Amino acid sequence: MAYTEEELKKELETKEYEYGFFTDIEADTLPKGLNEEIVIAISKKKEEPEWMTEWRLQAFRAWKEMIEPEWANIRYKKPDFQDISYYSAPNKKPKYNSLDEVDPELLETFKKLGISLDEQKKLAGVAVDIVMDSVSVATTFKKTLAEKGIIFCSISEAIKEHPELVKKYIGTVVPQKDNFYAALNSAVFSDGSFCYIPKGVRCPMELSTYFRINQAGTGQFERTLVIADEGSYVSYLEGCTAPSRDENQLHAAVVELIALDNAEIKYSTVQNWYPGDKEGQGGVFNFVTKRGLCEKNAKISWTQVETGSAITWKYPSCILKGDNSIGEFYSIAVTNNFQQADTGTKMVHLGKNTRSTIISKGISAGKSQNSYRGLVQVNSRAENARNFSQCDSLLMGNECGAHTFPYIEAKNKTAQIEHEATTSKIGEDQIFYCNQRGIDTEKAIALIVNGFSKEVLNKLPMEFAVEAQKLLEISLEGSVG
Amino acid sequence: MLKIDNLHAGVEGNEILNGINLEVNAGEVHAIMGPNGSGKSTLAAVIAGKEEFEVTEGTVILDGEDLEDSAPEERAHKGIFMSFQYPVEIPGVTVTNFMRTAINESRKARGLEEMPANQMLKLIREKSELLEIDRKFLSRSLNEGFSGGEKKRNEIFQMAMLEPKLAILDETDSGLDIDALRIVANGVNKLRSESNAVIVITHYQRLLEYIVPDYVHVLHEGKIVKSGTKELALELEEKGYDWIKNEAVV
Ligand SMILES: Nc1ncnc2c1ncn2[C@@H]1O[C@H](COP(=O)(O)OP(=O)(O)O)[C@@H](O)[C@H]1O
Ligand SMILES: [Mg+2]
Repeated sequence: MAYTEEELKKELETKEYEYGFFTDIEADTLPKGLNEEIVIAISKKKEEPEWMTEWRLQAFRAWKEMIEPEWANIRYKKPDFQDISYYSAPNKKPKYNSLDEVDPELLETFKKLGISLDEQKKLAGVAVDIVMDSVSVATTFKKTLAEKGIIFCSISEAIKEHPELVKKYIGTVVPQKDNFYAALNSAVFSDGSFCYIPKGVRCPMELSTYFRINQAGTGQFERTLVIADEGSYVSYLEGCTAPSRDENQLHAAVVELIALDNAEIKYSTVQNWYPGDKEGQGGVFNFVTKRGLCEKNAKISWTQVETGSAITWKYPSCILKGDNSIGEFYSIAVTNNFQQADTGTKMVHLGKNTRSTIISKGISAGKSQNSYRGLVQVNSRAENARNFSQCDSLLMGNECGAHTFPYIEAKNKTAQIEHEATTSKIGEDQIFYCNQRGIDTEKAIALIVNGFSKEVLNKLPMEFAVEAQKLLEISLEGSVG
Repeated sequence: MLKIDNLHAGVEGNEILNGINLEVNAGEVHAIMGPNGSGKSTLAAVIAGKEEFEVTEGTVILDGEDLEDSAPEERAHKGIFMSFQYPVEIPGVTVTNFMRTAINESRKARGLEEMPANQMLKLIREKSELLEIDRKFLSRSLNEGFSGGEKKRNEIFQMAMLEPKLAILDETDSGLDIDALRIVANGVNKLRSESNAVIVITHYQRLLEYIVPDYVHVLHEGKIVKSGTKELALELEEKGYDWIKNEAVV
């Protein structure tokens, strides 16, 4: 009986691995669509060991059975997952030959953020003919870290160089099947960062500069794994205040943090993906799964400033497994024009005397929608768990929305949970008051917004805080009057 | 310095000010009195350029320049200051930070560099001492949780910091106890000079014992119905506003 093409394709999906059929896919960009063949091809291109390929395939099989979630307070046209190319080799060819060719509006923003010329070129994708300073900085940086036994590299490199660590921890906090986007990421993740801090080591610097240098051109499906061994400390900065004009519409990252006994991880993010234009066209869909696990006496703090993306779906969470462990979540989410954000956190109290703090600041302008969604869960064995949550919303104008969805599940009577929420509006009276003192409206809004966000901005490392502050100003430019 | 000519202004077709004439010269202090709702705050806000109010007729001229097209912040840069009857809260913004921003924005508009930090600190110290303001107070969020009296004192502190050409004080005395009143009046009197002018809006004669006006005007239904010297304030206190109202009708 003659094979139909359809049947051939089906068979390939299940059998290609045995037959080694994938080998003829050698192009730098894989064809659109997602099937086992593609997953294997990605793994192969990255020269991964077999266990990793298998791990990806497990994720893919789980993903195939899953349905894209719809519970978030966001509205968008679902991406066609078969119309996306899941791998393209890092593009070495510069997009532009000089800064003159770059969108002047983008350059203007760079200037306002105080980004150096060299860095501007790098971020905009302009050819740089001299070896940038930063490369040598990165090298010295790596040396200092290596002396302390700290491993900080791309996840691809870690899979090759430190397979025992990756194998032991990847997927332990965010399992492959955790949710639709996490499963997708597990199957196809392009690259990301890996960090291991050995026992008792205090990482001597913010892991930021290095990351920032590597920021340009990170893929759509990032995977990050940070392990702080017993008694260690690390502060990790992710993202970049410079606007990212990524053409990829869909982003689904996974970040896993593991803080072993007495360890502390501080994870700060500034997200500024392209939010779409003023009419709501284009923009990145950002579906992120971030979660940390705290062992005994460990502490994880998430601090985030979210200003970009058309759609943000993101809930950095803490599993407070060990007794006396601490989880913190500090967030500023800004939405303007047609942006939509559904973000918040989950604090899962499993151990005794666990504590969590949630401070969320939502700022909505234009026609945007900004939702906080938080879950505080206290397990029956979690004696004396404590949580404090505060969610403040600031509205600018009459066409935007702010929503709060706090969920509390306490199964232990000793739990102490406090929740406070406020909604305020930038009033004409506030603006006039500032105007009367000689402060123009743009600056007045920046001042009011900074005041509103202060508790969270204060949690950011110093230099990042200054940039984040400027970013808030820029994100809200032209949103009033 | 300030010349207001046949000023008509209102909100959405409702006329609140109907034909104000007022001239204030450098070095003078003018008091504006009048019953509740007579338009005193509206007049102050219109001079400061609040866009909520529409000027339908007449002009406001500062140093020979028509202010019609000046935004509120531009008027502030030109030296107009208004002490608010109801100062606004700005959470998370400290008094110091607010003042630093205000001063530097005005300097920028005048083509000056930002004020160096040490100079700023010195100025803050000097002015907070003048108004007997506890330094801890300056690290608090602007007007948030301030008592009525603290708010008013803070307004005058800001005035002292900005050293305006024309200061309009809208019921700065309400909510002040007698000691605070004296301190605030002292702050205002320190500003008085040959080149500055002050408009004091008040209900009561009390404040005018400390800030002695050169002229007193009575506002009623959006019009200045009577002007005189400081004795007029005393007469008003004695006879009440009904006297003016009746007279206005005649
Ligand atoms: N924003 C506004 N919209 C409508 N009416 C207003 C507004 N502001 C003031 N008014 C009216 O204008 C009149 C004068 O108010 P105001 O200037 O505050 O008086 P005063 O300060 O003398 O007590 C009052 O009748 C008041 O209700
Ligand atoms: Mg009034």
